[in-house]
Amino acid sequence: MKNDKTLGAVRKRKALPKPYPPTGIADRDGVVGTLMLAPAVLYVVALVAVPFFLAIALSVSDATVGDPAIHHFVGLANFIDVMRESAFLLALRNSVIVTLATLVLLTVLTIILVELLARPFPGKRFAEILIILPWAMPAALAAVGWLWLLDSEFSPIDWVLRSVGLLGPGTALGPANNLYYLGREWLGLGAIVVINVWRTLPLSAIIVLAGRTAIPNELFEQAALDGAGYFRVLFRITLPALGILLTVAILFTVLVIFGDMTVVALTTRGGPGYTTEVLPYWAYLKGIQGGALSQGAAVALFLFPVLLAASILVLRMAYRREEA
Amino acid sequence: MRITSVARTIGFYVALALLGLFAVFPALWMVITAFKQNSDLYDPNNNPFLFNLPPTLSNIEFLFTQTNFPVFLWNSFFIGIVVVVVTLVLAVPAAYSLARLMGHWGEHSSIAIFLVYLIPPTLLFIPLYEIVTFLGAADTVWSLILVYPTITVPFCTWLLLSFFRSIPREVEEAALTDGWSRVGVFFRVALPLAAPGITTCIVFAFALSLSDYIYAAVFVSSTASRTVSAGVPTELIRGDIYYWQALMAATAIVGIPLAVIYGLLFDWLVRGFQVELPRSLRA
Amino acid sequence: MAVLEVRGLAKHFGDFKALKGIDLTTREGEFLTIVGPSGCGKTTLMRLIAGLETPTAGDVVLDGKVITSLPPRARNIAMVFQSYALYPHMSVADNIAFPLKARGVPRSEQAQLIRWAAGALGIENLLHRRPARLSGGEKQKVALARAIVRKPALFIFDEPLSSLDAQVRALARAELRQLHERTGVTTVYVTHDQIEAVGLGDRVAVMQAGALRQIGAPQELYNEPANTFVAGFIGTPPMNLLTRGDLIIGFRPEDALPRAAMAKSKDASQEAVAFQVNVARIEFLGSEWLAYGSIDGAFENARVLCRLRQEAVGMVKVGDVQDFVVSSSRLRFFDRTTGLRTVPAATCAPAQEAVSEVNGKVRM
Repeated sequence: MKNDKTLGAVRKRKALPKPYPPTGIADRDGVVGTLMLAPAVLYVVALVAVPFFLAIALSVSDATVGDPAIHHFVGLANFIDVMRESAFLLALRNSVIVTLATLVLLTVLTIILVELLARPFPGKRFAEILIILPWAMPAALAAVGWLWLLDSEFSPIDWVLRSVGLLGPGTALGPANNLYYLGREWLGLGAIVVINVWRTLPLSAIIVLAGRTAIPNELFEQAALDGAGYFRVLFRITLPALGILLTVAILFTVLVIFGDMTVVALTTRGGPGYTTEVLPYWAYLKGIQGGALSQGAAVALFLFPVLLAASILVLRMAYRREEA
Repeated sequence: MRITSVARTIGFYVALALLGLFAVFPALWMVITAFKQNSDLYDPNNNPFLFNLPPTLSNIEFLFTQTNFPVFLWNSFFIGIVVVVVTLVLAVPAAYSLARLMGHWGEHSSIAIFLVYLIPPTLLFIPLYEIVTFLGAADTVWSLILVYPTITVPFCTWLLLSFFRSIPREVEEAALTDGWSRVGVFFRVALPLAAPGITTCIVFAFALSLSDYIYAAVFVSSTASRTVSAGVPTELIRGDIYYWQALMAATAIVGIPLAVIYGLLFDWLVRGFQVELPRSLRA
Repeated sequence: MAVLEVRGLAKHFGDFKALKGIDLTTREGEFLTIVGPSGCGKTTLMRLIAGLETPTAGDVVLDGKVITSLPPRARNIAMVFQSYALYPHMSVADNIAFPLKARGVPRSEQAQLIRWAAGALGIENLLHRRPARLSGGEKQKVALARAIVRKPALFIFDEPLSSLDAQVRALARAELRQLHERTGVTTVYVTHDQIEAVGLGDRVAVMQAGALRQIGAPQELYNEPANTFVAGFIGTPPMNLLTRGDLIIGFRPEDALPRAAMAKSKDASQEAVAFQVNVARIEFLGSEWLAYGSIDGAFENARVLCRLRQEAVGMVKVGDVQDFVVSSSRLRFFDRTTGLRTVPAATCAPAQEAVSEVNGKVRM
């Protein structure tokens, strides 16, 4: 240590000016924390919690677009009326089918994609940009793009099918020159499923990737030493380790898909007839286009139990394992 | 069955290419269509992937001069900026508070916050429509500015939570012992160190406000106030005539830059979920 | 220069008692090391003193002023963290200036103080660098400069040497001590390494499971441990502890000699006690030899370790069953149930009997 004399000066130096900075609210973590959190919480409560209860209130009233105030309490009349319509069962059925089918396809593709993105490779950044595009693109614009892709006359997919002889007179997929993806019930539902999978794969992959990259390399090295083949590693090591995040990703997807109406609204429009409607879209048709706000709210509330169940499952999984 | 490493590499790139193609195919198709001439496009026998007639800029010109697309772009941009500001003011302090000042539950509230983000607009849009009408904001951009933070604030809070948690505690404690109050530490230490996170938030808040369809379609009906998401699907269809090239150009112009930006921020997003990793997974 | 006093300080995390009512008073200007295994509460104690946590009970008093409820910035305590906690987004100069800024010291005076502190630690040439581009030793010096630049009443060091390489560590220890001599500021130094604690401290406080087990000069802890924990914790290798009935008998490895060597040593004329040891292994460590063995019979195969003096080395071979002799004055007795030190052998008849019963007193 050099400079003995200068160091000795520490003893003789005056202490720093007193008094010390006055202490006040800015020091109290509890108070500061609450004040910092309050605006966001108040906002969310005002514009999420309040509307939620308002939705319940609406659904038991007779409000319409013409007369939106909540005047009368009509009990469960809206719910009963809605359930009596034949469109109800169809919408419910479709919501369930679309969600389930999307989930199954999504799970398989997510696992594949995560395996591909688990380690660095040349061009990974570029691949990431490509992969994330479906999620990055605004839903409405993407839907319009698919609308054209699945057009009943000019779909390029149909063109490819025609070129390889799978479409057209006397071929496997039918005498017509086009598949009317958005004009048929099951093709329409299928199209919606494909679009949904396309849209949600990036987010699902990101969530599961967060877990995949955290699996320590030693596990894989040990497996390699033990002579385990690729698929054994996948099923015995990777998937169990990913179990939680994969479930979280799936449940998140349920929330997104089950509550989404944009794709249906812009592609099949619920048609033909109302055979490809889903619950949220039907709520929109009833409430906004049809003007029956209270009925629309009632339909939308059918979403709630499923969403609540999914949310609770997610929270329990995430927090139970956190404690472990 | 042992897979040789050459086969494995080939399989890897093939799978990657297929998935990549699946992801990007619509966008590619949009770009090609945007530059196609009418007679080229509307001939079912033409190969849709080639320019059988030379590409043209007329569609893009049409989009920007003969439609309300520029109005939609401006509205989306304006709404985006204001929503970004509102989001930062609400979400940045909230995230710091949860990360450092609200104890164990605050720190681990990440998943719960993300769930708030996932509450579907379709559940709330009808009552929100009532609220917005009641406030007199219906059919203006302000209705969307008011409501979009319900989407952006939870998402950005979630994202920033992981950034603030990654600042080493000791650095903040050193600042406390050095003589700053908690508020001082927030401004002088936490904020500068979370700058990348805040930048990411700005990008996402802007992009999220661009993405919404349902609120934009329900709350705003007059053309002058519409956003890109609501305007493009509805206004570029006149009667039964779809101006496909212009439509595709519009979707590509907005969608592709967003994809590039998101793609560059890919790793931050993965990180946002990594903090939630339960200890049991770490062998 | 100040006196730090801790009165009945306790910290509970729910059911877990991290700190159980600690009482401690430093002496003015002393270098006090606090040592203990991980989980003993030393870090909690340190954080309570610094103000980074609030106690469940008790008070912290500095210079006669009760500071328990004051936030860290009002306590006039400077802290050096284990990871140094330098501000990554600021240059070294700004790092050092940070506490001065907080206290509103005018710019010109800041510059002067920074130059002085940097000069004192020999880091003037690093003032414009960012922490990311500093070596471990350099970072430590910046952290120290940041701590001394204001004149605090107390320094707290949280294991500041644990991230350094072994060679650098010894040098850093010496420099720290020198800094303390020069500044004269009361220092509390927390570490898990008992060698470091004993080597550095004017006094050493040993903690275990949230309680203070003993505090005193290093010599005192070594020679007169107050309980079995301190006996087994301080000193490398640790004291041999043998259970016999209600007593635990302890002696240091260097105090046990083969009988033949004892005869020639300077302790020859003293009263001594013999143990029959089965020698299992002999280790050569360069500067010394260690003999590992076990003692049968009433001690039930207890393990022992003996440090062999030069003259004794040739006398012991692996597989031997030899008498190792310890002079009675070097024996320490502890109560088996409480672990606390009991009266020395000389005045304790039962203790004498216990020992002689097995191996017989030996008068050389």
